[in-house]
Amino acid sequence: MGEEFVALSLPPILIGIFASIACAIPGNFLVLRRQALIGDAISHVVLPGIVLAFIVTGTVSTWPMMLGAGLAALVTVALIEIIRHLGKIEPGAAMGVVFTAMFAAGVLVLEQSDTSSVHLDVDHALFGNLESLIWLDATGWSSLTDMEALHGLPPELTRMAVTMAFVSLLTWVFWRPLKLSTFDEGFARTLGLPVVAIGLGLVIVAAIAAVAAFDAVGSIIVIAMFICPAAAARLMTNSLEAQIGWSIGFATISAIAGYVLAGYGPVWLGFDNAVSAAGMIATVSGVILGLASIFGPCRNRVGLRG
Amino acid sequence: MLFEALTLQLGYNATLVTIGSLLLGIAAGATGTFLFLGKRALVSDAISHATLPGVALAFMVMVALGGDGRYLPGLLVGSAVSSAVGLLCVSALSNRTRLSEDAAIGAVLSVFFGFGIVLLTVIQSMNAGRQAGLESFLLGSTAGMLWNDALVISLGGALVLCLMLLLRRPMTLVAFDPEFAAGAGMNVRRIELAVMGLALAITVVGLKIVGLILIVALLIIPAVAARFWSNRVGVVVILAGAVGGISGYSGAALSATAPALPTGPIIVLVAFLIFTLSLISAPNRGILTAFLRHRDFQARVHVRQGLLALAQGQPIYEKLTLRLMQKRGLIRADSVATEAGRAQAARALLDERRWQLLRSDPAHEGAAAHYDGLTPLESVLTKDQLAELDRSLGPEAV
Repeated sequence: MGEEFVALSLPPILIGIFASIACAIPGNFLVLRRQALIGDAISHVVLPGIVLAFIVTGTVSTWPMMLGAGLAALVTVALIEIIRHLGKIEPGAAMGVVFTAMFAAGVLVLEQSDTSSVHLDVDHALFGNLESLIWLDATGWSSLTDMEALHGLPPELTRMAVTMAFVSLLTWVFWRPLKLSTFDEGFARTLGLPVVAIGLGLVIVAAIAAVAAFDAVGSIIVIAMFICPAAAARLMTNSLEAQIGWSIGFATISAIAGYVLAGYGPVWLGFDNAVSAAGMIATVSGVILGLASIFGPCRNRVGLRG
Repeated sequence: MLFEALTLQLGYNATLVTIGSLLLGIAAGATGTFLFLGKRALVSDAISHATLPGVALAFMVMVALGGDGRYLPGLLVGSAVSSAVGLLCVSALSNRTRLSEDAAIGAVLSVFFGFGIVLLTVIQSMNAGRQAGLESFLLGSTAGMLWNDALVISLGGALVLCLMLLLRRPMTLVAFDPEFAAGAGMNVRRIELAVMGLALAITVVGLKIVGLILIVALLIIPAVAARFWSNRVGVVVILAGAVGGISGYSGAALSATAPALPTGPIIVLVAFLIFTLSLISAPNRGILTAFLRHRDFQARVHVRQGLLALAQGQPIYEKLTLRLMQKRGLIRADSVATEAGRAQAARALLDERRWQLLRSDPAHEGAAAHYDGLTPLESVLTKDQLAELDRSLGPEAV
């Protein structure tokens, strides 16, 4: 059991946890700033980004695809802002126009180009391939101290760990300006803080987290983790520090419980096939949010009862 | 080939798809307008993603009952039920808790979609032999569209349009001023739910053609594009329906001309093209008119300042002013005023003096508010008032 667990389940669980936390931390600020759907828009345009990268390079390799996805995310954010200002359209509609059109373009180009020979499709961008990120060199718990075997760890694990560390570090360094500009933009501006740059930086960090995560775990987890843990945490506490703590906890629980339910749940129920881990992680995070919205101590708006 | 497609001569299936897309586009564009005007365009995103678990559950139930899992009306009923549940969740999360509506939308769409994916993998393992092909609902698939499917889409679209006509007044009122609507005795929450219910119906009907990810585009883009052209709700609704219809019709026709042109994305891209054209060229709100208006304003300010300088015998150095005045025949190439230039300069100076006098007199406060340095006073005051003003200006000014 131990050997099988370390080789087949430990790496995906860890990757899931890292990806969830990397998305949940910026998600807290996005939810507070009412920009929660930026994450949704970014994860939709990941598809045209990777298709573009594939057409340019002709291969399915990680770095060009992540670059393409990152580029697409930046183009989307820029387009949304341009259309919002030039057309004087409300942000939600501008977002809806941009990301659906870019997604459609991605699907069209995908159909046009000869990608049938490689594993590059809509499903992949949506669902990821969490279950396939296994550690073949592992022979048991002892492998965790064996340098030789550690080299065989899936590269996604290191990448997600680095992304998570990067996101946490940035949040820690820019904590005060971020917090100030999120809660009281006018006050932050009078203090001389570059409010626009902070907002843009937050969106870029979110895009980095989303792009790093989609390859390993797919877009669904990215959208769910941007919003659900942060939203649930918002219903638990009034302090931002505590909210971040709750959201990290919720993200971790969703990742572990989701993976275990997807991998072992059907077996316990007597079926022999596992179900989608990415989908199950998103589902569990939704269940947590549902519970928080019913029992959370700070679920009501201030001044409302019942 | 394209001409044949546009005139419906590419065979039975292509004709069905094209007419279905036309009707779907009209209904979606008109309905989406009310969502957009109420600033809740992205609710449609939650609605559409929330259809997936319903489709999967309906398939499982129909197979369990021994029927054909791919029976379209059954799948549509399932998707309607689950996206209605999703809608109620959005409504509950944003009304009952402190979460804002966008967070509620994002949470519902990701969780429902994730759960739908879980169910899809269950179906895949349930009967690997009969691939359900439910993934086609993600992006739509028109290849195997049947007469019955087209009928469902047309009837659904027509029904939605009728309901929209019936509810257009309360929906408009709630979109623009919910407080007033509540004060007038309307049940705002119920009307909002009705708007979203219509969007839901469109989503369900459009699943087959454009798929659940891209139906959002058909609800949002035509409305946003139409909004550029008019400020009247009725006109915007009709225009949005037209934009949606044109996108659906020409998109479907275009996609029928080649095998690698998927219908849904082509329809969306045609709509986006119309949106871009509207953004650039619409009167009043378009970028091009805004740019021209700015250029015109800039020219008027420059010419006015140039004329005042001429009248007072000051030299002009500013290059744009020189160029503009030369082009209007007010000065010669060596910056000396022409006959017309001198006449207009004198008039500009007189106008400026009149304005100065007017603005120094509190009795003319109302008229003085029109001062912007460009409007001639003749267009503000009557002839008698002007004559009176000129008397106090003194003879040397006139």
